[in-house]
Amino acid sequence: MKVALVGSPNVGKSVIFNRLTGAYATVSNYPGTTVEVARGYARLEGRVLEVIDTPGIYSLATITEEERVTRDLLFSARPDVVVHVVDTRNLERMLGLTLQLIESDLPVVLDLNIVDEAEKAGLLVDGESLERALGIPVIKTSGALGRGIAELRAAINRATKGPAARPAIPSLLYEQPIEAALAALEPLLPDGSGVSKRCQGLVFLQEEQAAAGSEGAGDEVSIRIQEILRDLSSSCSSPSALIARQRQARARELTALCFDDSAVQQPRFREALSRFMIRPATGIPLLLIVLYVGLYLFVGRFGAGFLVDLLEGTVFGRWVNPFLTALVRRLLPWPVASDLFVGDYGIFTLGLRYAVGIILPIVATFFLAFSLLEDSGFLPRLALLVDGLFKRIGLNGRAVIPMVLGFGCDTMATVVARTLETRRERLIATLLLALAIPCSAQLGLILSLLSAFPLALAVWALCIAAVFLAVGALSARLLPGEKPSFFIELPPLRLPRPSNVLAKTAARMRWYLLEIIPVFLIVSVAIWLGRLTGLFQLLVSAMGPLMRWIGLPAEAGSAFLLGFFRRDYGAAGLFDLARAGLMSPRQLAVAAVTLTLFIPCVAQLAVMVRERGWKAALGIVGFVFPFAFLVGFALNAILALAGALA
Amino acid sequence: MNVPEILGEKLEEILERLWTRTVEKGQESCAASELGETGVEESLVELAVLGLVAEENGRYSLAERGRQEAANTVRRHRLAERLFIDVLDVKGELSEESACRLEHMLHRGIDEKICTLLGHPQVCPHGKPIPPGPCCAEARRAVERIVAPLDLLAPGRSGTIAYVHSTDPRRVAKLLAMGVLPGSRITLIGRSPSFSFQVGYSQFAVDAEIARDIHVRLDEQEQAAHAGGGLRNGRRLRHGGGPREGRARR
Repeated sequence: MKVALVGSPNVGKSVIFNRLTGAYATVSNYPGTTVEVARGYARLEGRVLEVIDTPGIYSLATITEEERVTRDLLFSARPDVVVHVVDTRNLERMLGLTLQLIESDLPVVLDLNIVDEAEKAGLLVDGESLERALGIPVIKTSGALGRGIAELRAAINRATKGPAARPAIPSLLYEQPIEAALAALEPLLPDGSGVSKRCQGLVFLQEEQAAAGSEGAGDEVSIRIQEILRDLSSSCSSPSALIARQRQARARELTALCFDDSAVQQPRFREALSRFMIRPATGIPLLLIVLYVGLYLFVGRFGAGFLVDLLEGTVFGRWVNPFLTALVRRLLPWPVASDLFVGDYGIFTLGLRYAVGIILPIVATFFLAFSLLEDSGFLPRLALLVDGLFKRIGLNGRAVIPMVLGFGCDTMATVVARTLETRRERLIATLLLALAIPCSAQLGLILSLLSAFPLALAVWALCIAAVFLAVGALSARLLPGEKPSFFIELPPLRLPRPSNVLAKTAARMRWYLLEIIPVFLIVSVAIWLGRLTGLFQLLVSAMGPLMRWIGLPAEAGSAFLLGFFRRDYGAAGLFDLARAGLMSPRQLAVAAVTLTLFIPCVAQLAVMVRERGWKAALGIVGFVFPFAFLVGFALNAILALAGALA
Repeated sequence: MNVPEILGEKLEEILERLWTRTVEKGQESCAASELGETGVEESLVELAVLGLVAEENGRYSLAERGRQEAANTVRRHRLAERLFIDVLDVKGELSEESACRLEHMLHRGIDEKICTLLGHPQVCPHGKPIPPGPCCAEARRAVERIVAPLDLLAPGRSGTIAYVHSTDPRRVAKLLAMGVLPGSRITLIGRSPSFSFQVGYSQFAVDAEIARDIHVRLDEQEQAAHAGGGLRNGRRLRHGGGPREGRARR
């Protein structure tokens, strides 16, 4: 038995999913966070149901890739029940999808979610009359408060046992040209899909309109289909709009039937705050404050400073490492073997120390700050604010979400870049993430590395910002493709719930740790092997001339080499060099810039290949590698010439 | 003599020219040579017989009855232009040509229907005024009067979405799917740095390109309150016309 949750972005599908299954899907207050299909299991009367959480979808006629994922899932996976989750306040514009789902003949349960906020705003909904009018079960829930979940479970349970005997509700009849085209189209559609041909036909008509001009394969069926479309377009200029309009008219009737909004009041304070955020004069200072407090003070000072000192310096430096070193050396008296665990690059002394002592506190504080911002509804408003700037680098405001997330983990952000609409934007975002967005671990280390030299820090920040803008602007000019367009839904501002923020931070941490701990261990083993065979030293010495070319000590080579395995690893390597007093402020600035720009870590590279294809990934790496060193060289030359940061 | 309901293309063209020269450009009267080429004299005689045109010393002007007739003809022409450019998205010369032909068919109330469909526009795409018809006067009393693209509104204005139009059908599909649908109530919240607006209980932000695609039928009481200043920067769909033209040029 399968249950699929569908609905527009930001209606609380993931919260409902968690309530039904007890698993944790990441829940956030910005549209488009579910990029993967989450699966979980729910127990109903002793039966186990598979519950599927899908990416947000506005209509079955799809536009973006993530929407297509959901649609294809509905069409091919044959769920036994589809739960359409809507935001009660926006019932009118969401009912269109309900009507489509009903047309598809899939068993639908309509879940009026976030009913608590609707009621708090003074909106009364008569679920029973809506149920009668639609002919499907309608349940009111509040995922956040856990209200109505038992009723929803019961409704799903009933629906899995086949449709209840209820009066057949006539399905929506479209205008004559549409109905005629549908009648002609239906026999031509392939059998065997779980949804009705009427629904498939409608989706086809709506999408074909959008993809006008695409020619069929030329066989009989596609010729016939072209004919039908031609006939239709001669009698009706935009079938897609006509269909949407009729559905909307029906949705409006239904909403009028069951809504009582006479007592609705606008939430004044939230509105005022929202406007404060989206006006540049107030929004930009607010953004700077958020960056300063969230990123610099909390992540930089507290996470990368205080917590790292505590964990890496005290816990690992004083207790764990000496203890483990002593223990291992006693158990494995052969240096070759014990080096694997406790040498300079040992699994414990390097791998675990970096992973737990340095990376963990930085990433944890970043994800905590990000989750807070996310849940408050700040990010879409930020997108609105920066859209103009992002247009110049070939992106639209929406891309600010992967970009900000990139400051946490570029690998995760590269996955999230999937939510951008065009291939061109995904490509530019991937390039900029790989090149100019330092991840939180790297950022934290660089901040603490350079904090003793404010001028070097400023040079680094300016350099990275300039490269980000210049390379963005250049790729916007050079890459072919359609210009980006910007639209985003602004969810209401909400006070983040601590439980949700913590759970989300934990979920992200889990993803991160599961992804990185193995990499750290593998890297430690690889380096151990490399040292054993002399390969590592060979590579480091091969890096020597390159290092000297950009004015760095040859020893920095190992930091760069490590940097390929994990970005933050490399920065951590610099950390050690700086502590040993081997670097001047200028060298630190140059190294920090080059290392930030330098190729992405192994994990990010793997995700780039998976998400954008190996050609794009290879192209990006082919550009980033020489470019990073070129910038490093130029910066060193300029600083030397200016006599700055000697 | 009774004026026939349909004058025919030739006579209508002459009335139109007379209208632009005398009413709009303020000339007292026109010479026959200004009004057309061969055969224009005969047509002018015909118009004079119908009591639409007055002649004095070989110079012509519109008679009282002729003014009304000419106003209607001009109105039909400019409505046709709006229809081609705004709704059907026909560009440049083609729109002009088509408008010239269509205008002569817009009789018997068809012009009123088109005028209503377009939301009783007040200016043609080139910025010239469209003489109001009876439907416009009525509409002024009723709710529907101006349809303006969202990017021309001042923050705080609201209305009903009249239609969504774009050269990119995918974009229309997206807006429709998100619930930005004809007939929904819409309020513009802010215009800078991006356009933010409210539809129903949801808020959205879009860029100027998309805002231009959303055409809003403004509320009546708002029109009174904002008369003159309601549209942004006094750009009351005037001079070099609407936004659509601007885009075509880019």
